[in-house]
Amino acid sequence: MEKLNKRSKLYLTFVFAVLYAPILFLVFYSFNSGDSMTNFKSFTLSHYRDVFEDTRLIVILINTVVVALLSALISTIIGTLGSIGIIAIRNRKLRNMVLSLNNILIVSPDVIIGASFLILFTIIGVKLGFTSVLLSHAAFSIPIVVLMVLPKLQEMSSSLIDAALDLGASRRDVLTRVILPFIKPGIFAGFFMALTYSLDDFAVTFFVTGNGFSTLSVEIYSMARAGVSLTVNAISGLVFFVTLILVLSYHFITNRQRLGAHK
Amino acid sequence: MEKKTMRRKGNLFSLIPYYIWIFCFVIAPILLVFYYSLLDLHGHFTFENYRNFFTSVYLKMTLSSFWYAFLITLFSLLVSYPAAYLITKTKHKQLWLILIIIPSWINLLLKTYAFIGIFGNKGPINAFVKAIGLPNQQILFTDFAFVFVSVYIFIPFMILPIFNSLDKLNPALIDASRDLGASKLTTLRRVIIPLTMNGIKAGVQAVFIPSLSLFMITRLIAGNRVITLGTSIEEQFLTTQNWGMGSTIAVFLIIFMFIIMLITGEKRKGAARNGKAK
Repeated sequence: MEKLNKRSKLYLTFVFAVLYAPILFLVFYSFNSGDSMTNFKSFTLSHYRDVFEDTRLIVILINTVVVALLSALISTIIGTLGSIGIIAIRNRKLRNMVLSLNNILIVSPDVIIGASFLILFTIIGVKLGFTSVLLSHAAFSIPIVVLMVLPKLQEMSSSLIDAALDLGASRRDVLTRVILPFIKPGIFAGFFMALTYSLDDFAVTFFVTGNGFSTLSVEIYSMARAGVSLTVNAISGLVFFVTLILVLSYHFITNRQRLGAHK
Repeated sequence: MEKKTMRRKGNLFSLIPYYIWIFCFVIAPILLVFYYSLLDLHGHFTFENYRNFFTSVYLKMTLSSFWYAFLITLFSLLVSYPAAYLITKTKHKQLWLILIIIPSWINLLLKTYAFIGIFGNKGPINAFVKAIGLPNQQILFTDFAFVFVSVYIFIPFMILPIFNSLDKLNPALIDASRDLGASKLTTLRRVIIPLTMNGIKAGVQAVFIPSLSLFMITRLIAGNRVITLGTSIEEQFLTTQNWGMGSTIAVFLIIFMFIIMLITGEKRKGAARNGKAK
């Protein structure tokens, strides 16, 4: 393998610096005792204290996490069942049609998803708020779960199921003892992705959240529109570290699984 | 045989909630958007929204939306391709890739908010500008700021698919091209780029479509100077409360989206799996 020359290294360093600079900039000023992102006065944790003392923010944080966990759970169940069903569709045309329908929400711009869901909820009379946000998040996460689980199911040879059936396993046994354990990594990956999609979503939530219910993204948007507030910086500091821990532990776990599979 | 049909029936039952989802959250919303695009403010059936869309105001907005999306995609590609290429050459390439991906997991709003501080009148950029003796620059609320922040947001989504296709590229092909006397540039132009076209297309798809529909970056960074299709839909739905017109713009956005996907599509499932670009 050829070594990277100096110019290439410089370029890569530059890209990484640009990618991380804004995040570090935010975190840096979250410790500023002044009240703006311009001159750093002295080190303080008061903005972090503000976050934890602001009951409204805490409620919003809990909302965000509850919506993320619940919607990820719902979408994982429906998506996994759906994938198992899709695999069983023998008609190729029908299967391809289902798969294309599956991908529509993934490629659709958030604005369209949000606007169309807003119409939908208004027509069927779902009150905007927790329910509509939860349903929307579950809805846009289902296709992602399917995309994570489906490849695992395709990897599985059907003789595995036949063998289980021949050995007298009931349908339920086949599902719980053969299929599910085999596709477990896919299910976990799907759940994790659904979780992060939900935590990250702004545009769809912005459309379907009524007055009175808010998630972190929507709240940050209204705070940012009002102007610079170092509370937002403190939030981003927290979000950054939580994300870092999540991503690295996820990577560590999947890596270990991969290594384990090779043994 | 009996066993097989039994198994299939059981599996097909598991599709019921999934089919309900497809009907309620994929098919119904699209039909509703089409239906609403044919209604005026009072709920009467009309084609007026479509007539309105073809007036100069909306056509101009559509054109400028495409122009910005084009710029954003172009700059993302120009930054990302060499970066992806260099990452495939590093020793711990998976680790570097994760480091590229991590920023894309940080909430979009927070990253955008950061630029309010960085581009601000007293921000570090302006401090630098002043230090080299130039007058204070207005950076926030300009087209430049909008394109820059958007490119910043989309870079990971461009790097990922390109990295994947570069990584799959057989290095023997590059050696062969060199051995046959091709210069570095020729190898890049005639071998590497054509063979990684799928990655480029996937990346373009993952950046261009969301660029057309951005609305919160325009509000926070461009200060309402830039209006994209997305901004306009949001405004019609949530501010003006003219759902009919909003739906009409959404219909056109859906049509554009399909055209772009046809152009950049590959036979096998592509962009959707490569990242969480939205």
